[in-house]
Amino acid sequence: MQLTQRHQEYWRKNLVITAILLVIWFVVTFVEGWYARELNSISFLGFPLGFYMSAQGSLIVYVVIIGIYAAYMNNLDREYDVHEGEDE
Amino acid sequence: MSATFSHKSFAQQLKKYYSLYTGGFIAFVVALAIAEQMGMSRTWIGYWFMFATIGLYAMIGIMSRTMDAAEYYVAGRRVPAFFNGMATGADWMSAASFIGMAGTLYLSGYDGLSFVMGWTGGYVLVALFLAPYLRKFGQFTIPDFLGARYGGNIVRSIGIFAAILCSFTYVVAQIYGVGIITSKFTGLEFAIGVFVGLAGILVCSFLGGMRAVTWTQVAQYIILIIAYLTPVVWLGVKHTGIPVPQFAYGPVLQKVGELEKKITADPKEVEARGLAKAAGAEATAALKDVAKASADRRAALEQRMAKAKADNAPDFVQASIKQAYDNTPTDPSKQSEFWSARRNLGANASPPRPHAQPFPGKDEKAQDLARRNFLGIVFCMMFGTAALPHILMRYYTTPSVRQARTSVFWSLFFIFLLYFTAPCLAVLAKFDVYSNLVGSKFMELPAWAAAWRLVDPSLLTITDLNFDGIVQLAEIAIGGDIIVLATPEIAGLPYVVSGLVAAGGLAAALSTADGLLLTIANALSHDLYYKMIDPQAPTARRVMVSKVLLLLVALTAAWVTSYKPGNILFLVGAAFSLAASAFFPALVLGVFWKRANKWGAIIGMVAGLGTCMYYMCVTYPFLRNLLGVTAPIAEYQWFGMNAISAGVFGVPIGLATIFVVSLLTAPPEKEVQELVEHVRYPNLAGDTVMSEAR
Repeated sequence: MQLTQRHQEYWRKNLVITAILLVIWFVVTFVEGWYARELNSISFLGFPLGFYMSAQGSLIVYVVIIGIYAAYMNNLDREYDVHEGEDE
Repeated sequence: MSATFSHKSFAQQLKKYYSLYTGGFIAFVVALAIAEQMGMSRTWIGYWFMFATIGLYAMIGIMSRTMDAAEYYVAGRRVPAFFNGMATGADWMSAASFIGMAGTLYLSGYDGLSFVMGWTGGYVLVALFLAPYLRKFGQFTIPDFLGARYGGNIVRSIGIFAAILCSFTYVVAQIYGVGIITSKFTGLEFAIGVFVGLAGILVCSFLGGMRAVTWTQVAQYIILIIAYLTPVVWLGVKHTGIPVPQFAYGPVLQKVGELEKKITADPKEVEARGLAKAAGAEATAALKDVAKASADRRAALEQRMAKAKADNAPDFVQASIKQAYDNTPTDPSKQSEFWSARRNLGANASPPRPHAQPFPGKDEKAQDLARRNFLGIVFCMMFGTAALPHILMRYYTTPSVRQARTSVFWSLFFIFLLYFTAPCLAVLAKFDVYSNLVGSKFMELPAWAAAWRLVDPSLLTITDLNFDGIVQLAEIAIGGDIIVLATPEIAGLPYVVSGLVAAGGLAAALSTADGLLLTIANALSHDLYYKMIDPQAPTARRVMVSKVLLLLVALTAAWVTSYKPGNILFLVGAAFSLAASAFFPALVLGVFWKRANKWGAIIGMVAGLGTCMYYMCVTYPFLRNLLGVTAPIAEYQWFGMNAISAGVFGVPIGLATIFVVSLLTAPPEKEVQELVEHVRYPNLAGDTVMSEAR
């Protein structure tokens, strides 16, 4: 079938949120990892920050990223009327 | 699916059943705890845990038996997000995660965190790039997607080959773990342990395929998470005063840092470190003739005993020498075990590494190399997570795209509970070792250490090197696995909790093995047999073929395992690098780039996988020996990366190749482009034809 403008807008929004979340993922993973030594000189809750991020902080961010994506997309489905049948 | 089926009431029902089940399991543990107080022996507690849990999994397997294809391959596509999350958690967390992870962190400090980050962060890629789209596509396997998207059997065949290669590498590591746990906690032989465990795995996947595996994995997840968290919470209360030590172990980490400094400077430790180096070298030499070396050691210790007596040394020193004498085995079957464990003392020649410090190295160059390899492992574990077929397959089983997205969230949440606890456990255990074990007298070791050094010297060897009767850190050689296994005793909990931990480890290994075996059997029966050899095959025969293959694959894997192929961490890491290189580029471009075509995918997958395999062959010592590569490793290494991170090259080469080759050849047909559009929208007019296809 031919995709409508609404459909293309939906896909564009999907790409935008994907890109934004991916950048956050990249920062807390690779940028954080690259500068772990430098971050360790900062203290956070009694932890050296670099260690804390790799051990727990980044993990929490990952869970939040996926939570945001699921919530955002599940709303977008309804907004653009591409959601599935009702029974959840 | 029948119109009367209600997902909502099904989910309600599941919640009720699994709550009852969790309550029942806790009651079972409490009952055993009471029985222990009344005098039940440790062996019996071990048996109860093992046979009761395996029996339970078998029961779920029998209750979920099926011959229906949709039930067998994708659990009828009605697993609610929350429960699929738990099942994925159990599928994901293997024996290596459950038993090995905290130990790796204990031994390598910050650098071990690459696995923690990689094995959680990969789910971000699963969520953003794969799960919802695969669910919308809605078939049975990953080669299914590749076959439909790129057309033709060549891509499908490469997919089958890669799926089997990485799953098989991984399943061998799991069965090995099952053998270790069953033999350790019940006293059965390793080989028998492997087959008892295998029976537990098979009864499930064999009878009910994905349906049985899913509902068993949920049950296994509940056991494994209770088993992992109970002792840590207890230990946390002991050291930090609150039951969520994951947030509060910072001060403990600081104390560990202070103890590290103290130990590094202590003259007794300096002396012991010098002796440790010699002891390691002595043990290496001793392994050539263990009988003679043991006799020599006993003779030398006898002399030392006499001398200590003549010098009027304190009683505890004399007793400690006597103990060292007694602990040197005369039994020939124990001697080589004794000496190989002592060889590990050699590593104690250098002072302890600061736990929280990233990328140690003697100069700038070595540190940069360490950092590069750290990030390389993170990269490979993440992209491998987003490419391992046994995980991706799980997202076919949810009722909708919406639930697939939510389900990735629950998956990571349930996995996160364990991974976010492991770094904390490692630090708490380290603090206990540094503050209680180090500095204690050999005659008055903490109870857990006294018990475990007798169980298995490769897990714990403590030996008085400078004969002062006091334990120095350099006198302890510790195997990573002991951290999780001994935590209940370190925390001072009754034996029943140790049994619980063993049951948890077993659940972790069994659940992962189940998922992997199913993936391999499905790749062979569904993709190879049904899709390529005999598309007319009736459903019942397809399922039957799958079951027979499952049995064969399981036996082959057990047979390979019985050769005890070494380094488990490498096996696991290799599986991830291979999966990442083969699948990730083709899967993701398949969804996000309509222009990606058949030849791009074929050449790209071969190039990615080929690069990865080539790199492993020329840089991993075991494979080098096998293939007779003699030139030094450094000549083959690119940017100094280790073999385990071969995916760092495989993934980009795969992506680039698909890109270039696709542009050089004709764009895919209109139908394929339409398929991509359908995959991108959870609901689009004209969908029904595709998603109902069986």
